[in-house]
Parts: sequence; C-alpha cells; structure tokens
Amino acid sequence: MQPSTQALQKDDTQNPAMLWVKAGEALWNKPEGAAAKSCASCHGEIGRMKSVATRYPAYSSTQAKVINLSQQVNLCRVTQQQVSQWPAEHESLLGLEAAIAKESRGLPISPPTQSQLADAQTRGEALFNQRIGQVDLSCRDCHETLAGRKLGGNVIPQGHATGYPIYRLEWQSVGSLQRRLRGCMTAVRAEPYAHGASELIDLEAYLAKRAAGMKLETPGVRP
Amino acid sequence: MKRRSFLASSAGLVASVIVRPVAAIEQSTVLTALVKEYAAGAVVREGRVKFDIARLVDNGNSVPVEVTVDSPMTPQQHVVGITLFNEKNPQNDVAQFSLSHLSGRARVATRIRLATTQQLVAVAKMNDGSCWTHTVEVLVTVSSCIEE
Amino acid sequence: MARTLITVPRTARRDEIIEIRALVQHSMETGYRRSSEGDLLPRDLIRRFTCRFVPRVAANSSATSTAGDLIFAATFHAAIAANPYLSFNLRATTSGTLVFSWEGDNGLAQTETVSLLVA
Repeated sequence: MQPSTQALQKDDTQNPAMLWVKAGEALWNKPEGAAAKSCASCHGEIGRMKSVATRYPAYSSTQAKVINLSQQVNLCRVTQQQVSQWPAEHESLLGLEAAIAKESRGLPISPPTQSQLADAQTRGEALFNQRIGQVDLSCRDCHETLAGRKLGGNVIPQGHATGYPIYRLEWQSVGSLQRRLRGCMTAVRAEPYAHGASELIDLEAYLAKRAAGMKLETPGVRP
Repeated sequence: MKRRSFLASSAGLVASVIVRPVAAIEQSTVLTALVKEYAAGAVVREGRVKFDIARLVDNGNSVPVEVTVDSPMTPQQHVVGITLFNEKNPQNDVAQFSLSHLSGRARVATRIRLATTQQLVAVAKMNDGSCWTHTVEVLVTVSSCIEE
Repeated sequence: MARTLITVPRTARRDEIIEIRALVQHSMETGYRRSSEGDLLPRDLIRRFTCRFVPRVAANSSATSTAGDLIFAATFHAAIAANPYLSFNLRATTSGTLVFSWEGDNGLAQTETVSLLVA
C-alpha cells in the first residue's frame, strides 16, 4: 500500500469512508420500524459501542449460530425495531457497521472464547487452506506463502481484515469483508459463496482469530 | 576487473545516477496544444508551479494531487486560475479552479482518476495574464485484484 | 441528497490563512463505463463547486450583501475521483459564513453552510 493511500486512512478529514460513518452515526439515532426505536433507544449513545466490533464474529445463542456484526445489526432491525433487514452491501448497513466499528478503532481484535466460535474458526481455517477455482489457489498460497511479494503493481498483503468495512479505491466506495472475500474467489475463478453464507462467516471467524491482538482500524482505506 | 575496483566503480555509478540533475521532462504534444489553447495567446513559461503527485500510483481510481503556485496572493499580484490537463484519459480536461487574493495561498488539493501511465500538466494563470506550468509523468501500475 | 464532510477551523485569528476541506459523496459516473450487461452507464457528474464567504453583518449596518465573495470555485470533469475531495485556503479577515455549493448532472444542487469566527 502506497503512503498516499495510508495518508487517506490516517486523516478523517480526507478519508472518504467517513462519509459512510457520518451516515451511520445519523442512523444510530434514527427511530425505525413498527417499534419506532432507534439503536440509541436500547444501546444509548454510539460511544457505548466501544470494543463491541472487536468481538465479532461471535456465537449468538438466540440464533444458535455464529454471526458477524452486520448480521447482528439486521437482527436488531427485525427483532427490536420491527423493520425489514437491509440487503448485503446496502449503503445504510455498511454505514452503520462502519460507525459502530469506528468506536473500537485502536482496540485489539478480541474474538470471544466460545466453543461454537472455535468450531467456526476451525472450519474457516480449513477453507483458508483449501485450494479453489480454475487458478487453483488457496487464501494461504497468496496471503501467507507469497505475502509481501507483488501481484501486478500491488504488494500482496498478509490478509489481516483489520479495517472493515473499508473504502476500496478499486470499488470507489465502501464495502464489506464478504464483498472482498467474494472478490478474491472470483479472481481465482471459483464460484463465490453467497453473501451471508455460513462458509463466509467461518472464514471471517478464522480471519478474526488470525488477526487477534491486531488493532482495529475501521474505516480502512485500501487500493 | 578486481573486486575492489569493481565495487568502487559501481559505487560511482550509483552516485552518478543519484546526483544527476532532474531534467524537465519533454512535454507531450497533446499537452502542449492544450496549454496553448488555454493560454489564449498569453506567454506560457515553465516554473512557479509545483504539481505534487506520486510518481508511482497504486490505483488510478483515486490519485491525490496538490498544486501550489509561487505567488504573494495580494490584490495586486495573485493567481486567478489553476487548470489540470491529462494526456491519455478519454477526456483531457481534469479540472479548472478559480482563486483570488482572498485565498491567501495559491494552493489546491484534490483526487483524480488516471486511466494509464501518462503525463499531466498544471497551468496557473496569473492576474497579469501570464501562464506558468509544471508537467509531470506518472506511472500507473496495473491493479491486480480488480472486481468483475 | 449527497452527504458532505466539511472541515473548517471553528475560529481563526485575523489574517490567518486557514485550510478548508470539503468531501462529498458522489459516484462521479464518467459516462464511459459499461454495466455487466454491456449497457453504457449514463454520465452522472458533479460539474461545479463554489465556496463563498458572507461576512457577518452588524445589526446596525445597512449592508445588504448576502451573496458574499467567491473565494474558490472548481469545474469538474470525469477525471475527478468518486466522492470528490477538495482542499483550498482562505485568508480569514472577519467572522461570517462559508457557503459551499455543489451542482451537477440530474439536477444535483446542494448547499451547506459553516460559520467561521475570526477573533
């Protein structure tokens, strides 16, 4: 990543992702749905979300499965606000997720200790190491074995998902980790898993374990 | 060649590359024609303008640029306009900026798109009508992980 | 309505040269790209940005200027990156209001104001 791209992330007044964060912060206080509740109605001011994003994905006992932060937001919408879910990559969903995660900026990624989450991490690790697609590459082949080398003009990163949702110059907008993972799968000519698929959640869970202790830097900027 | 003399001569080679003065690049004819048209008969000279842009670009979708012009920005003497042209995008126009002595500083920063490796020029028009330029060359690398 | 993020120092000393930053959420669709179905995506650009300064008028003043002075303007083309960012300067002389306007294709017209206190 070039210094100019790093500079965009470091300065909130230049970081284009802050436009999404600002939208998310407004949504936090906006009453929605049949219950006419806002996020703040239950959770208080958004500052109280500090450290929450460092713990996702996590096992949800009500859902009896591991979910990521955007799924938790949608769960709140359905069960608390009584309004329909936002579809994957919806601007508002990305904005709210970015605003919540920004409250944990600088805090170490800290997956909770839960047996169900550990199972998801194990499945995710297997997927990470599994060669896929016509190009026959695993995540590990690029992001561990070849990390630091170059692909085209870009340095291959180690694949630590520390800044999501990110503003990607390639997208010219903000997107989720699942969008990024699906992009990688398409790039190796594999059929990407659908948004919200349990395989993607498992991969997210493993990536969080792999990046545990690293500081969350949402909203990130990447080439 | 003895190892010692080889090392000495190769060290000299490196030094000579580093100290070589940076020559002004030869402006592409496309840019020259655009600047001439913009100047509309005014004298165009190289200098007074500093076009700050990375020489090597990660992704051409968003390239930070900053243009500063050597001017006191007084009511008597100031920059009235800064214009950016590119050589090889589908359109040569990038942006035109209007400034006045109220600006206090002859400076603008923005982010631009570059379709490919090419030259760019920043032209500053002074209130006396004269035009000053800085031409730069930018290498846009092929982005590896594109979507679609 | 496009979301904006404007950064201006809250206060400035007289004659201080301040930096103004303005970000706006906009795709800046060039008109050259095609959708995955092969259709040309119609151009949708912000074409013009202006920043004016309206000095605060004292209550007993008879001055009526509300348009203010143009301190900076930009004309954008397709080569301006999505979510356009601008940074420029102003010599702060007196307290007043900065008026930011973006205009563009499909009837886009948006104005935001920020007050500046010059001590």
